[in-house]
Amino acid sequence: MNDIIDRLEAKRAAARMGGGQKRIDAQHAKGKLTARERLAVLLDEGSFEELDMYVEHNCVDFGMETQKIPGDGVVTGSGTINGRLVYVYSQDFTVFGGSLSERHATKICKVMDNAMKVGAPVIGLNDSGGARIQEGVASLGGYAEVFQRNVLASGVIPQLSLIMGPCAGGAVYSPAMTDFIFMVKDSSYMFVTGPDVVKTVTNEVVTQEELGGAVTHTTKSGVADVAFENDIEALLAARDFFDYLPESNRSEVPERPTDDPWDRLEMGLDTLIPDNANQPYDMHEVIRKTLDEGDFFEIQPAHAGNIIVGFGRIEGRTVGVVANQPMVLAGCLDINSSKKAARFVRFCDAFEIPILTFVDVPGFLPGTSQELGGIIKHGAKLLFAYAEATVPKITVITRKAYGGAYDVMASKHLRGDLNYAWPTAEIAVMGAKGAVEIIFRSDAGNAEKIAEKTKEYEDRFANPFVAASKGFIDEVIVPHSTRRRVALGLRKLRNKQLENPWKKHDNIPL
Amino acid sequence: MFKKILIANRGEIACRVIRTAKKMGIATVAVYSDADARSPHVELADEAVHIGPAPAAESYLLADKIIAACKATGADAVHPGYGFLSERESFAKALAKEKIAFIGPPPNAIAAMGDKIESKKLALKAGVSVVPGHVGEIDDTEHAVKISGEIGYPVMMKASAGGGGKGMRLAWSEQDVREGFEATKREGLASFGDDRVFIEKFIEQPRHIEIQLIGDQHGSIVYLGERECSIQRRHQKVVEEAPSPFVDPEMRRAMGEQAVALAAAVGYYSAGTVELIVGADKSFYFLEMNTRLQVEHPVTEEITGIDLVEQMIRVAAGEKLPFSQDDIVLNGWAIEARVYAEDPYRGFLPSTGRLVRYDPPEEVDTRLRQAQPERSGDGNQPDPLTLSLSKGEARDDPSPMVIRVDDGVREGLEVSMFYDPMIAKLITWAPTREGAIDAQIGALDRFELAGLGNNVDFLSALMQHPRFRAGAITTNFIAEEYPDGFEGAPASAELKRGLAAIAAFVATAYSDRARLVDGQLNGPLEPPSRWQIRLGDSDHDVALDGDDLTVDGTPLVLEAIYSPGDRAILATIDGEEIVVRIANHRTGFQLTTRGASHFARVLPAHVAPLAKHMIEKVPPDLSKFLLCPMPGLLMQLHVGEGDTVEAGQPLAVVEAMKMENILRAEKAGTVKSVNAVAGDSLAVDAVILEME
Repeated sequence: MNDIIDRLEAKRAAARMGGGQKRIDAQHAKGKLTARERLAVLLDEGSFEELDMYVEHNCVDFGMETQKIPGDGVVTGSGTINGRLVYVYSQDFTVFGGSLSERHATKICKVMDNAMKVGAPVIGLNDSGGARIQEGVASLGGYAEVFQRNVLASGVIPQLSLIMGPCAGGAVYSPAMTDFIFMVKDSSYMFVTGPDVVKTVTNEVVTQEELGGAVTHTTKSGVADVAFENDIEALLAARDFFDYLPESNRSEVPERPTDDPWDRLEMGLDTLIPDNANQPYDMHEVIRKTLDEGDFFEIQPAHAGNIIVGFGRIEGRTVGVVANQPMVLAGCLDINSSKKAARFVRFCDAFEIPILTFVDVPGFLPGTSQELGGIIKHGAKLLFAYAEATVPKITVITRKAYGGAYDVMASKHLRGDLNYAWPTAEIAVMGAKGAVEIIFRSDAGNAEKIAEKTKEYEDRFANPFVAASKGFIDEVIVPHSTRRRVALGLRKLRNKQLENPWKKHDNIPL
Repeated sequence: MFKKILIANRGEIACRVIRTAKKMGIATVAVYSDADARSPHVELADEAVHIGPAPAAESYLLADKIIAACKATGADAVHPGYGFLSERESFAKALAKEKIAFIGPPPNAIAAMGDKIESKKLALKAGVSVVPGHVGEIDDTEHAVKISGEIGYPVMMKASAGGGGKGMRLAWSEQDVREGFEATKREGLASFGDDRVFIEKFIEQPRHIEIQLIGDQHGSIVYLGERECSIQRRHQKVVEEAPSPFVDPEMRRAMGEQAVALAAAVGYYSAGTVELIVGADKSFYFLEMNTRLQVEHPVTEEITGIDLVEQMIRVAAGEKLPFSQDDIVLNGWAIEARVYAEDPYRGFLPSTGRLVRYDPPEEVDTRLRQAQPERSGDGNQPDPLTLSLSKGEARDDPSPMVIRVDDGVREGLEVSMFYDPMIAKLITWAPTREGAIDAQIGALDRFELAGLGNNVDFLSALMQHPRFRAGAITTNFIAEEYPDGFEGAPASAELKRGLAAIAAFVATAYSDRARLVDGQLNGPLEPPSRWQIRLGDSDHDVALDGDDLTVDGTPLVLEAIYSPGDRAILATIDGEEIVVRIANHRTGFQLTTRGASHFARVLPAHVAPLAKHMIEKVPPDLSKFLLCPMPGLLMQLHVGEGDTVEAGQPLAVVEAMKMENILRAEKAGTVKSVNAVAGDSLAVDAVILEME
């Protein structure tokens, strides 16, 4: 018995050393933590319970049979974040470069299967050189096993990926299918083919960072959601982020106490909307002043800034916020912002997170780049997402709600539960100037008449009352009471029941 | 007494006048431009009249519109505040023609004091010391050299119509005069359309001290002590106090009597201020007389107990002053700090924008005031009991103190580029100078301002500066003490320990609450009790154990209450009270107090040892970019892509606060890309163009 215990301790000690001190030092020298250190930061202190610590690979080719390291390049198990259960895997770059073997994949699959059974989120910490080439197709099979589970888990349990080192080739498709991707600046990258292949095939010269670094993916491509300065910052942020997420689609959003009064008034919002309709303002202010404690976890803050999405809380319970941002492209909808918001809305709907929408949208962005890029289909994604969502939906129109974009942005017609408008709201097919130029085309040369008609159109539509008279707006609210209205609305909608017709699945315009 | 007063001004001074008028039972009329439609002075007044677009030249400076507004509302008097029309003889005359009272001095006094040379002549005649110099026209350079020699170097050459530091040239020698005289003339002509120049002795280590006067239409003029306004930046006053730490009773009497003599010489009534320049040897010389209420009038009010606006109104209505010189007693010490929308961390650049948060410190008055007998609105007979609010104060209150905030803004409003960048005036009073300074420090810590750059930290740093506290100030104080700009007040090791403790305390509060989330596996965990706080480049280990707290192993007594989301914490650290403003960041807190903002990185103790592996990121090299230094409008872009530029070549013009700022190339190079076009409204640090 004692002998066994001694052997166990020895095995554990060996496993904890991963690829050995030299490789650990190399990992540290790159500013990266080891797989186990990362879990120690991510999880509550002492809560990590490891699985499959002694698993080794089964490869007998290319001399691999003589090189075995317990754990086989990935640390898996479960633990808690602020007391709530989470399943985790953390790839160990010090062991075979974190490469994915068949057994490595099996370990990840086991964690995911467990998470699916009990309904708990999975967080994957990715730091892997790619497929274990010595294993050949066995490794590829391993990837596919993980992919299959990512897909089945999608919409059932939240899946979060942290890219903390290389993630290239087929490996990218596992994170790509999870709900959110965080990346660490300068030490992580994601691409399907790396700079060397790019050079060979297309003659393009590009650095890893430019091709697939954290900044590239969180600003240009929109593949990743948030970029962080270093491992510790990313992991601590992941803890904060996790606190917003429900455990699964069967559990309610988490709730925690807050001292922020639900009926707090924000008088400053009454003067937020500038007198001049062409002058922008920062929609973040409305969001922060509405949410508990001004606390807002923004997703994709650096990509498609014309729409803002992220999580906050009202009365301690998670809400998803979607808002047009007049500071960027006047807040219009375009390809990127539609895709960004659509995916976020669908996540919220899948996990019963109420959606709070702030609207100031002048319409869709015109132009060939948009039309040829398929804005019709991409814009339809957001429309589709809002329309199919059955979670509580509260909408506040702060200023412009023009044209088709008005319909898209959680309008009454898309089953909005509470549709509010500030007194500054203008709900119309388009701005007065454009509208008059079309309606009174024959008077185009008559500046006086055009001005008169523009005034007339403004008087008629540059207010929320026409929409309110049709019931498209439930109430016109003063800006300073926005938080109170939203909080009260969410209370009333807590037991909302709404189901879409049975279907195998829908066919969102992809 | 007047029935209705129109205030021909905006902002804090309009609010200030309205308050007193209300107290006196007089109806008020505000005027406002497009930019001020939602301003507090409009709401505070009984009526408001729109007088035009935002630029002052099209609204607040149009006498016709003001007079029309008076007629439309039936206002029988106008208070001009300061600035705008307050010192325009023509405006006072135009009102008189319409039989509307001007709450200010007689037009001839405005005219006499408006001209630098004329006012000097008057001063000489009235027996007031003037800076040794030549009063009168100077023919040419030779004449100027001769005059300068007689006065004795150093001398200052000034454009007669100049002001605000423009058209002034210092000469230390004859050669300087020869080189500079013609240039000064040209500048005067170019800037003010007047090439007259005068020469006077340059006072070294000068102080700016001024005498507040109030006179009635019955020949009585009283001086209300002095104010010291030496703390200036580029001739803009920043901090004022009353009394002056430099002035003794004898000097005060001499200054006051000369000021009264000058005022009497022009038949002065209403409030006015005689500005003096004071040398290190306590010699003082007349500079100019301001024929209006000054921005810094509250410090005088606080030490004399006299409401200057009320007296201005009564005097304008023909009442006699209810006090004589012998009744004036100076009590305690008052300090005013001007809170400006300018960013001291960026070379004091103007910083317009929205007041996303505005919450000034609460007003406090712990002086015991004598009950004030009621008086009728138009009674002419002064009641001696109302003379002074502060005379005979009860002295049994252990810490009598006043915190007064004169402002004209509120949260959610814009500090626009059209007007003065002053946001508020913070006035404190205490029995001693030290007490008033400390009250400033405490109140500035409580001043919440977000959305635009502001000088609150700088003001606090001034209040803590040993030289300021010692009263050893001159008008060169800021230039001498902050030659390389401002980077926050220095923090003592003790303060840093306190901040580390506060950061850990706040982190514990957040972490404690995070552990109250529902759906936990094993019930709520214990919150972490050990933290590592990094402030600047030093790490502090903080341990909380029940009520016991240690910083780096040494106990520290911290009493505080904090709820997640609070934007400030009131704490007692080892017995000393401190307010720290707190902003959340992903990796810690921004802690702002005592004139500086400190970033506290917060790590749980078990994570801290791993931090050493994190690579310190070098901030990106921004020298290749031309960044917009302040929020503003891009007026012109002088270069395009591919252009080569020389060092110092103008690249773009950004307009902010009515100022056109020319942005120049720091070094020679080629323009790689242009990111903005003329007409864009740019945020601070927006990239205008990139160099190769």
